[in-house]
Amino acid sequence: MISSGSEVAVELRGITKQFGSVLANAGVDLRVEPGTIQGLIGENGAGKSTAMKILYGLYRPDSGHILIRGQPQVWSSPRDAIAQGIGMVHQHFMLAGPYSALDNIILGAEGEGRGGRERRGSRVEGRGQPSGAMRREGAPDPRPPTLVRAWGILGRKHARERLEALAAQYRLSVDWEAPIEQLPVGIQQRVEILKLLYHRADVLILDEPTAVLTPQETNDLFANLKKLRDEGKTIIFVTHKLKEVMAFTDRVTVFRGGSVVGEALTSQTSPQELADLMVGRKVVLNVQAPPTQATGKAALEVEALVVSGTRGATHRVSNVTFSVRSGEIVGIAGVEGNGQSELLQALLHPREPQCRKAGRISITGMDVTQMTAREIRNLGVSLIPEDRLHEGLLPEWPLRDNFLLGLQHSAAFNRAGFICSSNLQAAAAKAVNEYDVRPANLALSAGNLSGGNQQKLIVAREFERRPKLLIAAQPTRGVDVGATEFIHRRIIKARDEGAGVLLVSSELEEIMALSDRILVMYEGRIAGEFAKGNFSESLLGLRMGGG
Amino acid sequence: MAMISQLLASTLRLSTPLIFAAMGGMLSERSGVINIALEGLMLMGALGAAVGTVATHSPWLGLLIGMGAGLAMAFIYALLVIPFRANQIVAGMAINMLALGLTPFLCKMLYGVTGSTPQISYPEQFHSAPLYLAWIVVGLCWYLMKFTPAGLWLGFAGEHPEALEAAGIPANRIRWLAVLASGVLAGAGGATLSTFLSSSFARNMAAGRGFMALAALIFGKWRPIPAALACVLFGFADAAQIQLQGVKFRGAEVPVQFIQILPYLVTILVLAGFVGRARAPKALGKHFSTANERE
Repeated sequence: MISSGSEVAVELRGITKQFGSVLANAGVDLRVEPGTIQGLIGENGAGKSTAMKILYGLYRPDSGHILIRGQPQVWSSPRDAIAQGIGMVHQHFMLAGPYSALDNIILGAEGEGRGGRERRGSRVEGRGQPSGAMRREGAPDPRPPTLVRAWGILGRKHARERLEALAAQYRLSVDWEAPIEQLPVGIQQRVEILKLLYHRADVLILDEPTAVLTPQETNDLFANLKKLRDEGKTIIFVTHKLKEVMAFTDRVTVFRGGSVVGEALTSQTSPQELADLMVGRKVVLNVQAPPTQATGKAALEVEALVVSGTRGATHRVSNVTFSVRSGEIVGIAGVEGNGQSELLQALLHPREPQCRKAGRISITGMDVTQMTAREIRNLGVSLIPEDRLHEGLLPEWPLRDNFLLGLQHSAAFNRAGFICSSNLQAAAAKAVNEYDVRPANLALSAGNLSGGNQQKLIVAREFERRPKLLIAAQPTRGVDVGATEFIHRRIIKARDEGAGVLLVSSELEEIMALSDRILVMYEGRIAGEFAKGNFSESLLGLRMGGG
Repeated sequence: MAMISQLLASTLRLSTPLIFAAMGGMLSERSGVINIALEGLMLMGALGAAVGTVATHSPWLGLLIGMGAGLAMAFIYALLVIPFRANQIVAGMAINMLALGLTPFLCKMLYGVTGSTPQISYPEQFHSAPLYLAWIVVGLCWYLMKFTPAGLWLGFAGEHPEALEAAGIPANRIRWLAVLASGVLAGAGGATLSTFLSSSFARNMAAGRGFMALAALIFGKWRPIPAALACVLFGFADAAQIQLQGVKFRGAEVPVQFIQILPYLVTILVLAGFVGRARAPKALGKHFSTANERE
């Protein structure tokens, strides 16, 4: 527990919030010390984000209190929270594509840049201020936007000067004039952080900030956040990734089912302890696949595959040859963007010239290069796609119909062109139970499930086809530890039942734990092959970097 | 030569109502609210200005009353589409039909004749002021969108209202103001129809100009100055149409109905030919709920 008497930057007391029938926060208590990095960890839907949105003023709590530097606060909108120095980087960035980085940053704090001349001072005790709350030095104007402010001038020149000073102080420069949509995701996130600094935040909340970043960008982010902490900022870091919490937080709070279930100094806990707390039972963090027992004939053979780049760029996949036998898991490792996605597209759409320029692909001994995706799937191919919301599910449709996707022509569900709904209902209900998709409500839209449960639904559907070849792309991306363990076990089970498995993942740990063989992709080529027993993280990492 | 200068003068005069309406549409659509109700708002403005001028003998007071009539109609529209979350196309169409029926009805109530108001005498009409006013409005809109916080908020309300909310500014309040302002401007556009381009209100006198203004807005990629220039193009088509009436082709007079097609034909060609490349505000037509309302 946190020692009493220490100064507290942010405190939540008994925060409760109900959405319809779901109790998202059930009496959340949280204390964050200034100048520290506090990790909030928990599975999807554990209530971390809800608590943070309450702290940022986006949601109003049903009951409970927010205290900032010991002073009780009542927020009516994020403006009040911003005025007290709270800032939040949302999981989905709050940036408008056509506007410049500068405009995105100054939104809501227009006129802030005007040459160090603080507009507050005498007018400080504004309307709507909770009694007893001291105005912070240099905090933004807490009053609602006035007509005078709205019709004033944006003052981009002054804003830019102040931003450049901030950027120099924290070494976070960006191209201020570039439209946001032209900046890479990592830089967009930097813009979000600069926005908080520009708004004079001293408590920075980051909600799942690494979900969209490459490993390199993630490292940059961590370095920047540590720098900010050392400058005295307080950072609240929301994630479901144990590795990240262990790597760079000072303290960690564990959420489960809408409540705080544990709190510790990061240095005094372990990933295993946190994972067990998150899930509420013993979890096996890295399901290690035992070596394969029996391998059979080739399930997939790829020979000299070439995928051309767009507009004359170099080949996305050049001259790739490999095979996957039934009963083995072949892992494709590599930093994202080295041709893995293009390889997968070629396997599913070999007829399309933009997906496959040259090379032969056969599945279970059949040449598939002239087959349609449906014909290929009918050979016994199952797919866990990279992007589940766009390629794996219809988010607006109910679970039942999502379970049917790709099976609509199968004899089990299709009677002379009509869907046999009683069969579908029964099969979907059985699968949803067996694969532990929660909530097990077939009428619910798939988009309402958490990421982990969406993925379990896809796994249920794809594994029910009894695949001869399973293609699993980033199968546990954005999936919590409990579901990850489950999906890993299912992949191993599919292998043991005789499927050939092609596993594409940018998580090295996942690849090393599951694969019987590992191929490393670098710039569209196979840059290395490793057999089980010879996996070494450093050597794999070297190959992934082109070494 | 005289014909050309007459054509140009006519072009500028005829583009005036379009410019007012297009700027109104720009404010509404950049804030994320589709505004096909411009046509109906213009009709209300046209009637309001005619009635006001007849009553007060001042086109300026008439203009104010026309703007008020547009504002009142826009209030109904905003009420339907913002708090009540009606489909913006359907509600916009409803406003247009309401205006189409309401305006002759009000004429009958006030003057005992359906379809038109009494003539406004020449000295009480506008002669050139609205033409200049329209371009001043274009300049103000350009300045608003480019240099003021209000313009930035407006743009974010239409592009990413959640971001606006996260910055502490209520997106729906901005949308309300934008739709009301579009009513005022479209009302002003309508007022120029009855007190500047003619001397009374006539039934359905907007004759699709609200939709043309919308087309100009899209053609101008939702930006004030290009949209105003597109209005001038449509104004030119209208002016040319008037000049061409009575033209003979191989000895026979071309039926006037064919010539009157011209502005609409230009509208269709422009929309079919160029709009593919325009990018609408991302949240255009999408209702916004605050985080609290969403769950």
